[in-house]
Amino acid sequence: MGLITSLKTRFRSIFRWFFKKDKMRIGIYGPPNAGKTTLANRILRDWTGDVMGSESEVPHETRRAKLREGVKIEVDGKTLTIDIVDTPGIATKIDFHDFLKFGMSEEEAKRRAKEATEGVIEAIKWLDDLDGVLLVMDSTEDPYTQVNVTIVGNIEARGLPLLIVANKIDLPTASPARIKAAFPQHTVVPISALKGLNIDTLYRTMAEKFG
Amino acid sequence: MEGVQLNLISKEKLDRMSSMEKLRMILDSVKEGKIVVLESGLSPEEEAKLIELTMLEIDHENFVGIEVESYPPKESFFSKLFGKKSGRLTLIGPANRVKTLSKQEDLITAMVQLGDR
Repeated sequence: MGLITSLKTRFRSIFRWFFKKDKMRIGIYGPPNAGKTTLANRILRDWTGDVMGSESEVPHETRRAKLREGVKIEVDGKTLTIDIVDTPGIATKIDFHDFLKFGMSEEEAKRRAKEATEGVIEAIKWLDDLDGVLLVMDSTEDPYTQVNVTIVGNIEARGLPLLIVANKIDLPTASPARIKAAFPQHTVVPISALKGLNIDTLYRTMAEKFG
Repeated sequence: MEGVQLNLISKEKLDRMSSMEKLRMILDSVKEGKIVVLESGLSPEEEAKLIELTMLEIDHENFVGIEVESYPPKESFFSKLFGKKSGRLTLIGPANRVKTLSKQEDLITAMVQLGDR
């Protein structure tokens, strides 16, 4: 990135700070199976009574970005209105053989793999249209993945507010501390999107970060 | 002799190339089964573009993607001032040959397989 682009990014983030929008468009990002759709569903269920999409153990269940506009979150008397974008998981490789393990036919697995590659491209393109990002990481996994490093780097380069969500803390091997140690420059909120653990802290932190 | 070709690209060479030239060179080499090590790495934007281009070229039979590993960018006084972070050493290889065993802030352990699977 050149000096002019860097200055533009700096200017954009200062401009954003002074002229905050009434409504923020927040992207939910992360690797496949980190729990992005589970989190999107949790937020929607809590504030609209609706859901975003189907959750599954099979990677790349979400293969198209889903947008839900005008979700109002009320915390401590403050109202935060957001558009939520649930994005497909970002990956550097997609092998149709991986889907065969879940009982799919070869044809079905190949179709899913093709859709998953399109989903990754779509997720990357959405970065241009966001005002903030919730980066979901699986706290039972090693956080130093290339996908996490690349997403964090891109969001920092764009000057967007970022909140890291350390998901799956209901599982015995979860270690949100490992995520905090890996990305000490960012706010990390440990939650279980599935069980709703610590979700109020997430909403409070979202209101502070994006409000 | 059976083996895997390793291309170590110097910072000087990378500095002379445009982003698209770098990404094309990486993908072409990786699709030929080579492993590419970049001395000065890629910027986060270039890494995202590399993932995007990789997805466009996956064909499910011969090329299933890449294994890419780099250290998180280091923040210097210059980068704090101008928002520019330079990429650090980056390793990229075909996903069916390179497997990352572990990754920390300052140590990446990867295994290279000679066969395809």
